[in-house]
Amino acid sequence: MLEWNLWRALLDGLWVTVQVTVLAAGLGTILSILSGLAGLSSFRAIRWANQVYVDIFRGTSAIVQLFWIFFALPLLGVTISPLMAGFITLGLNMGSYGSEVVRGAVRAVPRGQTEAAIALNLTPLDRMRHIIFPQAAVAMLPPYGNLLIELLKASALVSLITLSDLTFEAQKLRVNGTASTPVLFSLILVMYFMLALAITGLVRLAEARLSRGLEIGRGARRSS
Amino acid sequence: MSYDINWEYSRELFPDLLDGLVVTLQATSFGIILAMSLGLVFAILRRSEVRAISWPTAWVIEFIRSTPLLVQLFMLFYVLPQYGLRMDAFTTGVVALGVHYATYTSEVYRSGIEGVPRGQWEASTALNLSTVTTWSRVVLPQAIPVVIPALGNYLIAMFKEVPLLATITVLDVLGEGRAACTRTGNCVEAYTMVGMLFLAISIPSSVLVRQLEARLARQP
Repeated sequence: MLEWNLWRALLDGLWVTVQVTVLAAGLGTILSILSGLAGLSSFRAIRWANQVYVDIFRGTSAIVQLFWIFFALPLLGVTISPLMAGFITLGLNMGSYGSEVVRGAVRAVPRGQTEAAIALNLTPLDRMRHIIFPQAAVAMLPPYGNLLIELLKASALVSLITLSDLTFEAQKLRVNGTASTPVLFSLILVMYFMLALAITGLVRLAEARLSRGLEIGRGARRSS
Repeated sequence: MSYDINWEYSRELFPDLLDGLVVTLQATSFGIILAMSLGLVFAILRRSEVRAISWPTAWVIEFIRSTPLLVQLFMLFYVLPQYGLRMDAFTTGVVALGVHYATYTSEVYRSGIEGVPRGQWEASTALNLSTVTTWSRVVLPQAIPVVIPALGNYLIAMFKEVPLLATITVLDVLGEGRAACTRTGNCVEAYTMVGMLFLAISIPSSVLVRQLEARLARQP
């Protein structure tokens, strides 16, 4: 169907897609947690600043954000590589959506848990780290998995800022006329689909693991 | 960061961007009509008792939903003409948006349909209603109103994806901005204004959807 060197070009692209997605997912996860907790802060200024971030990134298109960061920032004197621009934009974008996921899940943990932790004299940090967050994390995972899939899909945008990801490689091969367009695009769609299935699988595994010993989630029945 | 904003130029550019915004809104409107109709068809087919229908539908939905819209857009734009199906860029874009978002709206409809109590189905059977009547007069009138806010959220989400159409030469708001950026080099102004236009529309509309949600939640 395709020659080996075409396959290699696509696999190189696949690797770049994976890299961008993983980097952006890392940044996006950290931002989701920070922003989600900031949204629950008792300081109005923090909540307000956080809301501005969330509204800007949820209110505009990822592609517009990417173009702004890649084409407009250099004119303002900040130069970054396409890879940086790509994963930073996607990470910021994911964080603004993840913020709601984290906030909602933390708020859904029964109040008694917080009260018990206070009664046990845990510091606010320990309370969040050992009591509240681990329980909230189980509820976060399914929507978090959806965010990862959205991120993977959005990663195709980096092809528009010259980053040679899977979509970019396919476009290059199409323009060169080295392979038939229907075959090329079907092939990369299948590759994206495989990655999405892998993400879904990983999230399910994580869900089973995190819910061990808890009364909610996938792993609940296996333990206790 | 010392950059002198070219206000004069920004003012000249504004009407062009508004023209683009009109195209963006048109694409959103046509796209959502397609997404809502096709989504309903997907949702009904997926519930079919014939596995040869429900199973492939489920996989097609899953496939379209977990692959990038950008690639699907390229696929339609470059591949369909090879099979003799010629559509202009705008139509291609609307079709891609509509089909992609139909997979999302079908999930929304599904949750609405599942929310209709079993007794309603049983009563329809007892009354000897045909399948078509059951769907059109009993189930859907109860399932659809509940899901309107959720559909509203996807309308906003879709609005934000329209700029992808700029990659297949549609002059939407981003397309206009990009053209201005390459023509004059004033990219900061162009892209900042594009971003602000998006905020100007998507923030009020999400407030509207939230109010709609609150209102529906208050009703029993």
